[in-house]
Amino acid sequence: MANKDDIKFLSNPKIGQNRKKYCRFRRFGIKHIDYKDADFLLQFINEQGKILPRRITGNSLKYQRKVASAIKRARQLALLPYVADLLK
Amino acid sequence: MRNFEVTFIVDPVLSNDEIKETAQTYVKNITEKGGNIVFVNEMGLRQLAYNIAKRSSGIYYCIEFQLEDPSYIAEMELSLTRDERVLRYLTVQLDKFGIKYNDDKRNGLIGKRKKPSADAPPSADAPVAKTDAVSPVE
Repeated sequence: MANKDDIKFLSNPKIGQNRKKYCRFRRFGIKHIDYKDADFLLQFINEQGKILPRRITGNSLKYQRKVASAIKRARQLALLPYVADLLK
Repeated sequence: MRNFEVTFIVDPVLSNDEIKETAQTYVKNITEKGGNIVFVNEMGLRQLAYNIAKRSSGIYYCIEFQLEDPSYIAEMELSLTRDERVLRYLTVQLDKFGIKYNDDKRNGLIGKRKKPSADAPPSADAPVAKTDAVSPVE
């Protein structure tokens, strides 16, 4: 099924291998994620409009859940697409 | 007393007056039910990410309000569903962080966050760094 060639497309090439990932919400004390701020949420979805996993964004579980629900709300309000091509 | 936030999209085909009237209707209804309007945010005309009812753009409104009796929410949602001028709506209950966030945003503490954090991670020198400070994905 998934061989090594497939896996390389699943990871975000922009993330350096040496840099330690961190949860930006914890580090900067952001407590609330606004679903109306589509530009901000764009950082957590890929080109097809899918939500990026924690292993790429580095979010803690608590805030990953909040990001996910904010993205889903934004999709309902047509601020973000459900499906897209070349979103970024 | 709970804080709620309702966001809805108004049909852009309507005239300016009709659009304003639509928003006013709901503001008025909430007030009549003993609600306390905190803020009405006109987000303006935006391109929709996908078509809704054959419209590709819409006028976004966001009403933040306090309500003693949450049973009115269901009633309000029903009238929003039946309203043909409204393309879509979303009602959310705000927690304490959401209330603070909206408050800060109105006072202009949040909108500026992208500029200082773009080049350097924000440090302790910024007193508003609490909700600020989002560095781009690396």
